[in-house]
Amino acid sequence: MTQSLPKVATREAYGQALVELGRENPDIVVLGGDLNKSTFVHLFAAEFPDRFFDFGPAEQNIMGVAAGMAASGKVPFVSTFSVFGMCRPFDQVRVGIAQPHLGVKIVCTHAGILTGEDGMSAHGIEDLSLACSLPGFTVVAPSDAVEAVAAVRAAAKTPGPFYVRLYRPATPVMHSEDYEFRLGVGDVVRQGKDASIIATGVMVATALETADALTSRGVSCRVINIHTLSPLDEDVIATAAQETGGVVTVEEHLSHGGLGSRVAQVLGRKAPVPLEMVALQGYTESGDPALLIKKYHLAAEDVEAAVWRVLERKS
Amino acid sequence: MLDSGLGRCYNAPSRRIERGAGDDCIVITELAGILRLPLRRLFMTRGAAIAELPGIARESRRNILKMIFEAGSGHPGGSLSEIDILTALYFRVMRVDPRNPRWEGRDRFILSKAHACPGLYATLAARGFFPVADLLTFRKINSRLQGHAHVMTPGVEMSGGSLGQGLSFGVGCALSARLDGLDHRVFVMLGDGECDEGQVWEAAMSASHYGLDNLVAIVDRNRIQNDRFTDDVMKLEPLAQKWEAFGWKALEIDGHDMEAVVEGLETAATVQGQPAVVIARTVKGKGVSFMENNPAFHGAAPNEEEFQNALAELA
Repeated sequence: MTQSLPKVATREAYGQALVELGRENPDIVVLGGDLNKSTFVHLFAAEFPDRFFDFGPAEQNIMGVAAGMAASGKVPFVSTFSVFGMCRPFDQVRVGIAQPHLGVKIVCTHAGILTGEDGMSAHGIEDLSLACSLPGFTVVAPSDAVEAVAAVRAAAKTPGPFYVRLYRPATPVMHSEDYEFRLGVGDVVRQGKDASIIATGVMVATALETADALTSRGVSCRVINIHTLSPLDEDVIATAAQETGGVVTVEEHLSHGGLGSRVAQVLGRKAPVPLEMVALQGYTESGDPALLIKKYHLAAEDVEAAVWRVLERKS
Repeated sequence: MLDSGLGRCYNAPSRRIERGAGDDCIVITELAGILRLPLRRLFMTRGAAIAELPGIARESRRNILKMIFEAGSGHPGGSLSEIDILTALYFRVMRVDPRNPRWEGRDRFILSKAHACPGLYATLAARGFFPVADLLTFRKINSRLQGHAHVMTPGVEMSGGSLGQGLSFGVGCALSARLDGLDHRVFVMLGDGECDEGQVWEAAMSASHYGLDNLVAIVDRNRIQNDRFTDDVMKLEPLAQKWEAFGWKALEIDGHDMEAVVEGLETAATVQGQPAVVIARTVKGKGVSFMENNPAFHGAAPNEEEFQNALAELA
């Protein structure tokens, strides 16, 4: 079903939304690091040259400058690739932004293995783990371009530090324009009773595809989009576990520290049920994104296999 | 707790001209815009006579030692080396309002070498930002005076503790001030050992790129870092030429000669078109004979006997 949907790049939708936000709020400033066409913040720079600052690839400095601007009453958006915006300057984000709880909005593109041919150094597969480890950080991984725009709008008006995870390629648009995004509230996109598939980011589309395939085989799956990883909607997860009796998590991120780990913490405390995680287990390699998805076991067939394992463990 | 007094608050005599961010302040700020620098500074700074400053600094030195002795840990060496500069800044050079630490028009002071916070705390208390008696809570549970500077303390602008981040923060403050048409200045204190951090030079490059003449960096050139002498750890010289090569105006002063300190800071603050750095030649542990030039007192508290001897020397 999702394969027939139109595709839009989340980063492009972000760049356009940022221009609109810039018109609405004169305190918004944007900081870039020599990747401004790739992150689409060049659109903001073209309209608001006085509120756009390029620092070159000096991410430690960018985070510190953004902290100083946030402390001065600005709403700074920092955009670069996820490996450069969360992995590389983690200490600056930790001490300079998270600890004083400053309202810096880090919106990173080129996350995960969809960055494909650039290889393992460019595959930001630890970013959610790092961002979620920071107390007070809001962390959102939108599932499509519509949700990306909603997340960025939420970032602009939510106090405190914020991380948004976006992708390089165009991805299926599942949401209609009138979609109501609720920050911190998991979205039950499909009801079901036999098992729950809990997904984040671009893998929500894969989760839906799997649920469709399983319906024709007589298995009813609930599908939940956890767009906000921190703060996590524990209720929607615990309820799904209690009502369906088994959970599969799906993410294109390392299994440790990401969605699967976060969900496991909730299940362990509130609703222990069989859990399977579809996630990366280690570092990857260059290649076509679709082929990487298959090789590293993140395809719909891998999600389906995980659901069957959960159903077996339930019985 | 020590029962000896911690000295007095020096703020009281200036209350009349420091009524804070209320209506008076707005009037004064508007007046300042018309009257320009010299008169404005008369209104908004403590405006202490240079001859008054060494006595204030001596009292702060005593308080630094009391705090660190009482805590049983801390960083006396760099606090004693920086204290004459801090005294000049807070009692003569900078516009601040102790009764309204977040007043928008204040000059910013950022302690990038945040381990030397006893010097900053002693100065802020003397200036009236919080009670002098609070100093003895330094490094203790439930205190606002953390082991490394944090924004929970009234008057502290930036949370630090990981070296190399303060100049970037200062760049963010200076850029924001320019965007908002505000005329306050931003002073950033760096350690000389801290200049080993690459982020310092990323920030230095960006400050001159953006022509931030409202930004002044101060290097506390005491020639000792955590383990040993800076020359042995990592050669910094020619330090002034390094800053100049990065597009800064560099001044070198004796960081313990109060006239030179005041003149150097005021000269640096009036440089046009580029940022300025004041390289202050200082003595680590200045004022206590057995701490001077002694790497052992970078990060160690004095024992009882050393403490009493130190106080006697500073009587």
